[in-house]
Amino acid sequence: MVEESGGVTKGAPTVPPFTRDQELTAFRDMLLIRRFEEKAGQLYGMGVIGGFCHLYIGQEAVVVGVKMAARDGDQFTTSYRDHGHMLASGMEPRRVMAELAGKRGGYSKGKGGSMHMFSRDANFYGGHGIVGAPAPIGAGVAFANAYRGDGRVSLTFFGEGASNQGQVYEAFNMAALWKLPVVFIVENNRYAMGTEISRASAQIDLSKRGAAFAIPGKQIDGMDVRIVKATADEAIAWCRAGNGPYLIEAQTYRYRGHSMSDPAKYRSKEEVQKMREEHDPIEQVRIRLIADGVSEEELKKIDANARKIVAEAADFAMSDKEPDPAELWTDVLA
Amino acid sequence: MTVDVLMPALSPTMEQGKLAKWLKNEGDAVKAGDVIAEIETDKATMEVEAVDEGVLARILVPGGTENVAVNTPIAVIAEEGEEVADTADHAPIARVGEEDKAETQAEAAAPAAPGQTAPQDQPGDANKAQAKAAVDAAAPAPKATSVAAQPTATVAPEVPEGTAMISMTMREALRDAMAEEMRRDPSVFVIGEEVAEYQGAYKVTQGLLQEFGAKRVVDTPITEYGFAGVGVGAAFAGLRPIVEFMTFNFSMQAIDHIVNSAAKTLYMSGGQINCPIVFRGPNGAAARVAAQHSQDYSAWYSQVPGLIVISPSNASDAKGLLKAAIRNDNPVVFLENEILYGKTSEVPALEDFVLPIGKARIARPGKDVTLVSFSIGMTYALQAAEQLAKEGIDVEVIDLRTLRPMDIATIIESVKKTGRCVAIEEGWPQCGVSAEIAMRVQQEAFDYLDAPVLRVTGKDTPMPYAANLEKLALPSVAEVVAAAKAVRYRS
Repeated sequence: MVEESGGVTKGAPTVPPFTRDQELTAFRDMLLIRRFEEKAGQLYGMGVIGGFCHLYIGQEAVVVGVKMAARDGDQFTTSYRDHGHMLASGMEPRRVMAELAGKRGGYSKGKGGSMHMFSRDANFYGGHGIVGAPAPIGAGVAFANAYRGDGRVSLTFFGEGASNQGQVYEAFNMAALWKLPVVFIVENNRYAMGTEISRASAQIDLSKRGAAFAIPGKQIDGMDVRIVKATADEAIAWCRAGNGPYLIEAQTYRYRGHSMSDPAKYRSKEEVQKMREEHDPIEQVRIRLIADGVSEEELKKIDANARKIVAEAADFAMSDKEPDPAELWTDVLA
Repeated sequence: MTVDVLMPALSPTMEQGKLAKWLKNEGDAVKAGDVIAEIETDKATMEVEAVDEGVLARILVPGGTENVAVNTPIAVIAEEGEEVADTADHAPIARVGEEDKAETQAEAAAPAAPGQTAPQDQPGDANKAQAKAAVDAAAPAPKATSVAAQPTATVAPEVPEGTAMISMTMREALRDAMAEEMRRDPSVFVIGEEVAEYQGAYKVTQGLLQEFGAKRVVDTPITEYGFAGVGVGAAFAGLRPIVEFMTFNFSMQAIDHIVNSAAKTLYMSGGQINCPIVFRGPNGAAARVAAQHSQDYSAWYSQVPGLIVISPSNASDAKGLLKAAIRNDNPVVFLENEILYGKTSEVPALEDFVLPIGKARIARPGKDVTLVSFSIGMTYALQAAEQLAKEGIDVEVIDLRTLRPMDIATIIESVKKTGRCVAIEEGWPQCGVSAEIAMRVQQEAFDYLDAPVLRVTGKDTPMPYAANLEKLALPSVAEVVAAAKAVRYRS
């Protein structure tokens, strides 16, 4: 566990340093996700966003670290806790927010919602509401990459809860058998809805879950964006060289409930507080930037900019129209 | 004591095969387990083993003979020095040496075609009687046994008059459709269990590996959920997978990806991510494979918006519609039928024969009663139509071909003419395809109906194994005839 090992886990003996630019990029990208999700939470409370809404707050370093290691053209596929992945993929915050609100300007014209969003332009392949589904779908995207020999790598995310689904292992087996260029990233936030990992998994070291298929695995501190980036660099290079899949278990933590309707009775407030105070992925970068001589003011400016983007996104989402009733019948068949 | 070696059945649906060659000569000594001959069907080659010690006294069917009916005596094994009479009527003992696949029932029991009205509950040795019935049914003019009633009925209306036709099995037509589309579009590939090296569990992908290589003809582990999902991901990324299920029974492992991932994503992405994929394989009852291998998924898949569902009844439609399915930008569930794989019919000799999806075909025009069916259900419908014609009832038979979108207009037009309708399917009755047809007909042609719409379906039970019960569980020609008469208030 992250907290038990003081934020540094095995598989990351040395923390590779970031340049100041990299620190700033990570800070800006993670902060945008944080502010976006805070706003989404508010809008949910106001009834602007309906249904299920799974916030990514606390886990920002995982997707941002992977994105920093990815090349243009590499594809992202994830499950329903997907807002962060969309922003990291470069999708427009206002169109993501509009989709959350079920408005016509959303990425899916308001027909997908929080859990089902896609962008072919941004190489973002969902946004899948079925736990475990991203694994074979992401492997399939990698199959297409291998088929075309285009050198792209499929970056496929799912939670530690999903890692107990049978289809994940079916995907591991085929990915290894056919040497598909896919990095499987297990975002281990420790709670599958309300079930703590040790109550659900006989082997809680999820980096070993690919061992039966000879897939190399690494368990890392997913709260440290530098470690995520360095591990993803290694994994992506491994895939790009034609060696087949790679498995990363990124140990992370979600501060909020499983979804907005989660009372979170399964863990203590102290536990959450401790993670926020001692391991926050954004705060870690902020402290390093300050130590490196970046002014508070500059960082505040970055924050203000993130807030501005998010406020505009929220305004757009709230003022945008609902889909035209005729949209009920469109996009059923191509 | 001499024993006959009988032509073995290699699969539950095999009716005849080729005796490829003898590996032993008359007069050779044989012992149990010796391979004495090789037999072939369009699906597989198998070895015939001796089951007893002795001398291969007579070879009754020479090597190279085609169309040898299952259970025909092919040789006689005698004890050393024993005299063998010219006519042999001994106990059948031949066995298949090696299992073709898990589903193979090597028993020499009758793979009676559904709808065949063989007498049941016969006194005496039931097995022997059935075996004899099978020999009788399959022995004369084997070609003629393949849905003989419809030489003109299989020609799609889309085929220009005067087009040259080629006789081929549905199996060959499906393979040709895939091969042609793979030549045409490098993004088309085939993936599934045993599709490559083994040449297809039912030999539908025969020869594809040799022509297109392992990159485009991909053997999978036994992992339906996984490879359906991999196919969907590849289709999202722009390839055109043909995913073969060894049978659609196994697609239940994968139905989540078919429905949740393939069918819904275009809608959920606001039209951005389409899924050009074909899920195909044999659907419904084969013969004697019982409940878990004999389910018809027509109604299941045809309920789902976002899917196209096709279920052809003959080689021509199979070819033209599979080519259309592969080119279609949507997920297509293509439901084939194992019993129909070996049936021969006329396929137009056109360079690029593609049929429109969503169009029914009037397989037989008539004015008194409308029969609507699809896939193997057409066998019952057309045979019933023949029978009814002899009794002066002029039946119109509609082959739906595509189940979703369903060509209701063609049915309605026919019912407006006949005023009477019977829908036929092998699937279960509740919420079945025929239930949908009945509902739509009463809604859209109520004023034209002279009788309630009736249907003939598979019985509302799991599929039994016993031959007599299986026959009862499936629709029959007699039931279709009775229903057609009932809607005309005749008995």
